[in-house]
Amino acid sequence: MSKFKFKKNTNTPEVSTASLPDIVFMLLFFFMTVTVMKDDTLKVVNELPNASEIKKLEKKDRIITIYIGKPVEKFEETQGEQPKIQMDDRFVNLAEFGSRVLEAINERPEHLRGFITISLKVDKKASMGLVDDVKEELRKINALKINYTTYEGDAYKNLD
Amino acid sequence: MASREEAPKVNAGSMADIAFLLLIFFLVTTTIETDAGLNRMLPGKDSPPPSDVYQRNILPILLNGKDELMVDGEIIDLKDLKDITIAFLDNGGASSESENYCNYCQGNRDVKSSDNPDKAIVSLMSNRETTYGVYITVQNELVAAYNNLRNREAQRLYKIDFTAMEALYDKSETPKAKKDELKMKIRSIQKLYPMKLSEAERQ
Repeated sequence: MSKFKFKKNTNTPEVSTASLPDIVFMLLFFFMTVTVMKDDTLKVVNELPNASEIKKLEKKDRIITIYIGKPVEKFEETQGEQPKIQMDDRFVNLAEFGSRVLEAINERPEHLRGFITISLKVDKKASMGLVDDVKEELRKINALKINYTTYEGDAYKNLD
Repeated sequence: MASREEAPKVNAGSMADIAFLLLIFFLVTTTIETDAGLNRMLPGKDSPPPSDVYQRNILPILLNGKDELMVDGEIIDLKDLKDITIAFLDNGGASSESENYCNYCQGNRDVKSSDNPDKAIVSLMSNRETTYGVYITVQNELVAAYNNLRNREAQRLYKIDFTAMEALYDKSETPKAKKDELKMKIRSIQKLYPMKLSEAERQ
């Protein structure tokens, strides 16, 4: 003779989905903040070589990127098949290269100008000729800190 | 008698869907890229060419237009380059009486090779036709040789790898005091094996 009736509830209670939007928004904001939109469209073939003894390039505001490689198919007719230099979104020839780099350095805040690193993204099939010319130009304008940007991997893979 | 109507509530049920759409868009476009590579310092435009360098203190490495590697006048395989470079840098050929004596070197003490790591210069010469990929492989091997020796000394003095110290120093989480200490240690190791790598174009 029990006073209490135990109702057996057989169906499990539903999980509240009210906080789902909040969770999704949190993820959304995370990805929005870490996203870096690619700002350069590549006009040159740019498959970087591999290297194992590398160091990370931190502090993006101190880096100027230069792409070297032969023009992609679309530009082959107008630009030829020889390796070319690309900065920002344009092809740059060797004669104006030095002044373009100086311009890019001067766009940066003054206190950073002494710490600029030039990141050379060179296609692994390119020849050293143009790279040497670029290095010579960089010496002329006194931008001496460079980085041969590579993928992380076995350096011997570059040989095939 | 019209009762005062309240503004109808907007159904927020589709909020999650909209947020999901945005989320997926950012997921797809995100490239968390951190560039990495080999750091190098170019010589200034009017830095004087090093004078009175003895031939024995230079390790000439030549890369020709056919991507063949020649060290000290012999064509060698790329796989041997690291060991040759280590042997050259760590030689310490100066006699124990001279001021150039290297007391931490473990090399062969060959009088025909470098006096001490501070004097030793690795000279990498490439041709205009050399492939960039091969050039980077050679550079990578040379850096590996330096890192190998620096790691050895860092282990001996501080019981930690040199490359590990550098990685720790670059991390932004490392506290300032620790960073200063690391900087001091890194400097001291770099002083033992300074990277004197000259990259010139020739031929």
